[in-house]
Amino acid sequence: MDLNTILQILDSAVRLMTPLLLACLAGLYSERAGVFDIGLEGKMLMAAFSAATVAALTGNVWLGLVAGLLGSLMLSAVHGLASITFRGNQLISGVAINFLASGLTVLLGQKIFGLGGRTPSLTPGAELDTQTAPFRGWLSGITGPDTAGWLAAAPRLTDITLPLAETLRPVPVVGPLYADVISGHSILVYVAFAMVPLTWWILYRTRFGLRLRAVGENPASVDTAGVSVTRLRFAAVAIAGLLCGLAGAYLATGLSAGFVKEMTAGRGFIALAALIFAKWRPWGALGATFLFGLLEAVANRYPNLDLGIVTVPSMFMSALPYILTVIILAGFVGRAIPPRAGGEPYVKER
Amino acid sequence: MTPGAQTRGRPATAAPAAIELRGISKAFGPVQANRDIDLRVEKGTIHGIIGENGAGKSTLMSILYGFYKPDAGEILVGGRPLTIADSQTAIRAGIGMVFQHFKLVQNFTVLENIILGAEDGRLLRPSLSKARGVLGQLARDYELNVDPDETVEDLSVGHQQRVEILKALYRQADILILDEPTGVLTPAEADHLFRILEGLRAEGKTIILITHKLREIMEITDTVSVMRRGEMVASVSTAETSPEQLAELMVGRKVLLNVQKAPARPGRPILEVRGLRMVDGDGVERLRGIDLDIRAGEILGIAGVSGNGQTQLLEILGGYPEKGSAISGAIRMNGAPVPVAGAACNAAERRRQGIGHIPEDRQVEGLIMDFAAWENVAFGYHDAPEYGRGLLMDRDAIRRDAEAKIKRFDVRPPTCDLAARNFSGGNQQKIVVAREIERNPDLLLIGQPTRGVDIGAIEFIHRRIVELRDAGKAILLVSVELDEILSLSDRIAVMFDGRIMGERLPGDATTGDLGLLMAGVDAAANPPTQGLFRESR
Repeated sequence: MDLNTILQILDSAVRLMTPLLLACLAGLYSERAGVFDIGLEGKMLMAAFSAATVAALTGNVWLGLVAGLLGSLMLSAVHGLASITFRGNQLISGVAINFLASGLTVLLGQKIFGLGGRTPSLTPGAELDTQTAPFRGWLSGITGPDTAGWLAAAPRLTDITLPLAETLRPVPVVGPLYADVISGHSILVYVAFAMVPLTWWILYRTRFGLRLRAVGENPASVDTAGVSVTRLRFAAVAIAGLLCGLAGAYLATGLSAGFVKEMTAGRGFIALAALIFAKWRPWGALGATFLFGLLEAVANRYPNLDLGIVTVPSMFMSALPYILTVIILAGFVGRAIPPRAGGEPYVKER
Repeated sequence: MTPGAQTRGRPATAAPAAIELRGISKAFGPVQANRDIDLRVEKGTIHGIIGENGAGKSTLMSILYGFYKPDAGEILVGGRPLTIADSQTAIRAGIGMVFQHFKLVQNFTVLENIILGAEDGRLLRPSLSKARGVLGQLARDYELNVDPDETVEDLSVGHQQRVEILKALYRQADILILDEPTGVLTPAEADHLFRILEGLRAEGKTIILITHKLREIMEITDTVSVMRRGEMVASVSTAETSPEQLAELMVGRKVLLNVQKAPARPGRPILEVRGLRMVDGDGVERLRGIDLDIRAGEILGIAGVSGNGQTQLLEILGGYPEKGSAISGAIRMNGAPVPVAGAACNAAERRRQGIGHIPEDRQVEGLIMDFAAWENVAFGYHDAPEYGRGLLMDRDAIRRDAEAKIKRFDVRPPTCDLAARNFSGGNQQKIVVAREIERNPDLLLIGQPTRGVDIGAIEFIHRRIVELRDAGKAILLVSVELDEILSLSDRIAVMFDGRIMGERLPGDATTGDLGLLMAGVDAAANPPTQGLFRESR
């Protein structure tokens, strides 16, 4: 395996881990505040759909991104209402959200585009132009015929070339690593990676973080200190919604070009497994999701891995991330202690 | 109101009281938890509030701390009326609360727990360093030493309580409410707590102490209020009252505080335990060689702070040791060997050998809370011939039997069909006690017989235990309540760290002596320093 192949696999791993990392951090905020969130999958799916739909209708990926965030936040609000305000069962609420998203996306997609539940491809071309025509017409009615400017933004997230990428390329190892693996991703990839130290800083260095961690361990301690448990938990669930929104939007407008049904393909659950593997810590989340991203990248690169004696079949390779998930969830990887008040609605004691 | 008990002493100078409650009422659904409560606590005093479980003490204090909104009434803090809508308001008014169950984040450091909710800004660093300084000052002022960087779960219970007190003082509380603070402490720790409270009083702080222990009220409070069934029945000066009078006010009738019993006449040996060792599933040695003898007609009391192996001892004797534990040693019951491992080591087999068991936690081990009282009376003995006809159970026979037992043990309400959950703590315990004692076992294991049981029921349960002893049965009593051990036992063994530290006769033992044994110090080898412990008898 030469350097180039390794770099390509790493580059692919970085792309594939991004939605996992965002979803994993989303789960981290929510669960650190004591609200279990198995609805990550559903929220991502909803965000992917709303992002792709709005991007397809307007031709503007930024409007799509906003729609993705809103779609995910909407489901977060449902989860918060059910499990915080009405003290319902958090797992059941999460399951309901997953089902809701799974059904709603296909139904709305079929209603809007009539393509069997998928959105049109977000690659510039005739198909997309037909879709965006009404919006552009409507907009030019308001802003005048010249609708260049910001509307001219691409329907998909574009890759960003970091400064000096080409200049540094000749430097052995580091140069190609910088130019091919680190440089050349869409903005959301960098946002996801920046979220790791930011989350660490928020959790361990700010008042909000201290209270967030406390409310997941012993909400009564927060309540008796005169701080609202409900507000803290809603804040955490909202942050989780935003991060899931980014994850979903990246899936539909960055990693692929458009929405297809069930496109999250269990990534929300893999993110949950990564969260346990990470022991609910931000840097751990980075490592755990990188492992999953790497496995997926390897499976994509070598559908039939030839080990000389035996050839590992492609089904096994693509099942690897899921097998690892089962192993982690079964508790084979060390002992992970979840936040102590996780899963329990807070009720004041008499 | 009890006539004559109402001596609400209002000083002539009429300095505003630290706390004054006027006509506070609070109902939870149909239950009137507080009815028209008046209370006045003077500045710089320690005021006790005493009452049975469910008398409404905790509800009243929760109202004061902004946890509940009263249905009616007025609260004055420092003479000014105040609506306490939430805990934040209470904290700002200088009220601090130390709950019975600590409100600490177990995996936070002491410092983090102290600043939680009282941070100075969005970033933690300045608050943490400020708290470190304040903590050092408080430690010097009030003997409240705690390592600020220790994680709370690594602290002893006594130190965790100090953290709670420090939390309140850090928020500059002038009025400190403590809810049953000594329930989890050793006598030495309780003593230290009282010294701290006296120090706080000397600094002009006001302290409200909620407890059901008469001895503590008599020892440390200046004034005391008694609550019964949601009403404030008396407020008196401690110096002008007596434990007997307070007990009568609490219960509403005369109560015998001391157990009346004749000297024991021990007979043949019933239970012999030799070299009992137990290593639990995590590899921790819980019992390190226990030797015990109990004879017919005697009560052996086992004193000790909870968590020193008493639970494991009871579980092994009761036939249900923790899964995955390794047990060695010999137990003989009436001369016959009792298996400590294997399939024959089970609770049903133990009962056949004549061992009855009133377990430590009635709600988990003693009862099935959602099952009716009559079903609970049959549990453990459901295979008894009088209960069954072949495969089927004789429902009528069980009910008749249960009804009779419930009546004899004065369980209230005397309705067999009520789920165990719906009885009060004392009556739940009576159901368990009735079930075990009525089977007339040769050996009765009793764990914490009166935990969370009110004073009237305690008196009743103690009497039945002594009656069983006088009928020539052997009794093993495990309790963390030293008073209970002292008044019931014929011999006292003190457990510490999985060992029997020593044995004493109740006539010779002092709480100081036993307290040292409970802390793992053999007083016979190291005589206690004068005045370190209060001698209670």
